[in-house]
Amino acid sequence: MGLIAFMVMLPLAGALAAWLITDNRKRPWVLPVTACLNLLLVAILLAAPELPSSPKGLIHLDAIGKVFLLEFAILFTACSFYAVNYLHYRKERNNRILCTGMQVCLAAMSMATVAHHLGLLWLAIETTTLAMAPLVYFNRNARSIEATWKYMLICSVGIALALLGIFFLAYATIAGGMEPSLELERLQGYAPALPRVWLNASFVFMLVGYGAKMGLAPMHTWKPDAYGEAPGLVGTMLAGGLANCGFLGLIRIYQICSAANNVAYFRATLVGMGLFSIAVAAAFLVRQTDFKRMLAYSSVEHMGLFTVALGLGGKAFFGAMLHVLGNGLGKGVLFLAAGNIHRAFASKNREYARGAIRRAPWSGTLFLAGFFALTGSPPFAPFFSEIAIISTAFTQGRTVSGLLLVLLLMTAFLGMAMTVIPVVFGDPPADRQRTRYHDAFLLVAPPLALLLVTGTIGIWMPAPLYQLLGEAAALLEKMP
Amino acid sequence: MSSAIDQLLVIVLLINILVLGTHRTRVAIRAIAVQGIILGLLPSLTHTFHLQILLMSILVMLAKGFCIPWLLLGALKKVEQQESLAPYLGYSGNVIAGAIATGLAFAFAARLPLATAHQGLLIVPASLATIMAGFIDLASRRKAINQVVGYLLLENGIFIFGLLLTESMPLMVEAGALLDLIAAIFVMGIIINQINREFSSMDTGRMTSLREVE
Repeated sequence: MGLIAFMVMLPLAGALAAWLITDNRKRPWVLPVTACLNLLLVAILLAAPELPSSPKGLIHLDAIGKVFLLEFAILFTACSFYAVNYLHYRKERNNRILCTGMQVCLAAMSMATVAHHLGLLWLAIETTTLAMAPLVYFNRNARSIEATWKYMLICSVGIALALLGIFFLAYATIAGGMEPSLELERLQGYAPALPRVWLNASFVFMLVGYGAKMGLAPMHTWKPDAYGEAPGLVGTMLAGGLANCGFLGLIRIYQICSAANNVAYFRATLVGMGLFSIAVAAAFLVRQTDFKRMLAYSSVEHMGLFTVALGLGGKAFFGAMLHVLGNGLGKGVLFLAAGNIHRAFASKNREYARGAIRRAPWSGTLFLAGFFALTGSPPFAPFFSEIAIISTAFTQGRTVSGLLLVLLLMTAFLGMAMTVIPVVFGDPPADRQRTRYHDAFLLVAPPLALLLVTGTIGIWMPAPLYQLLGEAAALLEKMP
Repeated sequence: MSSAIDQLLVIVLLINILVLGTHRTRVAIRAIAVQGIILGLLPSLTHTFHLQILLMSILVMLAKGFCIPWLLLGALKKVEQQESLAPYLGYSGNVIAGAIATGLAFAFAARLPLATAHQGLLIVPASLATIMAGFIDLASRRKAINQVVGYLLLENGIFIFGLLLTESMPLMVEAGALLDLIAAIFVMGIIINQINREFSSMDTGRMTSLREVE
C-alpha cells in the first residue's frame, strides 16, 4: 500500500519541484529524474507478490493494472529524456507548465491503474484530461488554441457522460435492493442481479464517455486536431497514455457487464463500435497529407481494434493486453520521430517534408521502422497481438467481422504508406530554407529504445511478462 | 421535506429555460450560480443530517455558487463589448427545444424502474431535463463562454442524479470531482481569453482552420 501511495506522490512532488524551479534550462531535468525513479518503483511493484487491496477496496493493483502501469512507465521515461533536448531547442518558450503538467498526468495515470473504485478511476482519468489541456496549447497560436478548445470540450463532455454512466450503475445497485457500492469486485458479484435497464444504460454512457477519451468514432473529431497541433512528446502522451486510460475505463465496465447473465448485447455493441472506428480511420488515412494527423487516425484505428478485441473475448483478450504494450510504445516511436521530422522540415505536410532519410537519417529510419512496427509487421509486438485478435474472430465463426478487420487494416496500412514513403524517401524540395535541426542523441535514443522494446517483446518475450499478460487476460475472462 | 425538494427542483428547471433563452451571457452565468446554490442545499434535504453531508453541501455551494461563476465572470469581463450572437436554433428555438426536452424527460422518467423510495420524486426527471438542456445549450450556442455554461448545466444535471446515491461515493472522490470541475472551468476560462485574442471573437463558428482538406 505504502509503495503504491509513494508511486502516485512521487510525480506530484516532481511537479511541485518543476513549478518552483525558475531556471528554464534546468527545469526539464526534473522529468528524467522522476521518470527513472518511477520506472524503478514500477519494477519493484511488478516483481512483488500480489499486494493486498486497501481496506475499503478502493485501491488494488491487479494484473490488468500492471500491464498499463508498465506501459505508462516505459513511455513516460522515453518522453522525459526526449523532453530535455526538445525543450532545449524551444528555449524561447517557458516550459514550466509543460514540465508540471506531464508529471501531474503521470500521477493521475498511475492512479487510474490501481483504482478499483469506479468513482476514483473516473477522477483519475478526468485529471489526465485536464493536465494535458495546457500542453496541447504549447505552441500558442491560433491553430493550437482551436485544437485545445475541441479537445477540452469534447473530452469534458465525454467524461461527464461517463460519470452519468457510473451513477446509473450505482443506482442499479439501489434499484436492485443491494447495498449501494461502486467497488469493482462487489459490482461483479452483484452483476447478475442488477436491473437490466440500468446496467445497459450505464454501459452505453460509459462506452460513449470513455470512447470519447479513447477517440472512438464518431467521438474522435478532437483527435487529429490535438495530435496535429501538440508537440510530438505531448502527442506521445496523448496516444500512448491518455487513450489507453480511456481503454482501461472501458475494460473496467466490461469486467462488470461480462459478469452479468446475458453478455451478447455488450459484445455485439463493442465489436460494431470498434469496426466502425477502424473503418472511419482507414477512410481518413487514405489521402491524408499531414503526417501528424495521420498518426491521430492511426490511433483511432488501434483504439477501434482494442474495442473489437474486448467484444470478441477469448484469445483476443491476450492480444488486447499485448497490444496495450505494443501499440502504446510503437506510437511513442512514431510520434517522437515525427516530431523530429516536423522540426527538420518546419512542416508536417508530405508536400514539403520529403526525404527525411537524407535530411535526418536517424529520425527518418525510426519513422519508417515505427510505421512497420505499428501496422503489424513482424517481428514487432503489434504483429502478434493483431494476429491473435484477427484469428479469434475467425475461430469464433465471425467470418464477416474477421474479413472486414483484415480488409480495413490493410487499407489503413496502404493509406499510411502513401504518406510515410514520400516523407522518408522523397526528394527534398530544393527551394525550402534549411532549419537548424539535426539528429541529437537525446532526440533519437528514446524512440530507438521504444522500438527495441517492441521488437524484443515480439521476438523474445520474457517469461514473467508472458505470465503477466496471461493473468490479465484471465481476469477479463473470469465470469463468476 | 420532499415537497421542499420538489419546489427547489422546479426552480432548477426554470433556470434551465432561462439560461437557454437569455441574450445576455452575464444573466446566464448569474442564473447558473443560483442553480449551483440550490444544488448545494439539496443534499442536506434529501439525506438525514450528518457531518459529511453538511460538508458536501458547503463545498458544492462554494464551488458551483461562487467559485465557478466568479471565474466565468472574470473571463467575460476581459472580453466585454461583444456582439451578441444568436444561437443556431435562435433564442426562441432554444427555449422551445428546452421545453420539449423537459416534457420528454418527465415522460421517460415515469417509465424507468426506480426504487420504490424514489417513485414520484422530481429528482430523476429534473436531472434528465437539466442534462438535455445542457446538451441543447452546448450544441446551439456559438460563443465559447456560452458553451461552457451549457457544459455546467450538463454537470448540474448529473449532480442532481447523484443525489440518489450519495452513500456509495466516498467524500474524497466527490470533493475531487468538484475540484476537477473548478480546474476545468479555470482552464476553459483561460482558453476563452486566448480564443478571443487570436480570433478577435468568441465565435467558435470561426474556428475552421483545422479540418480535412478535400
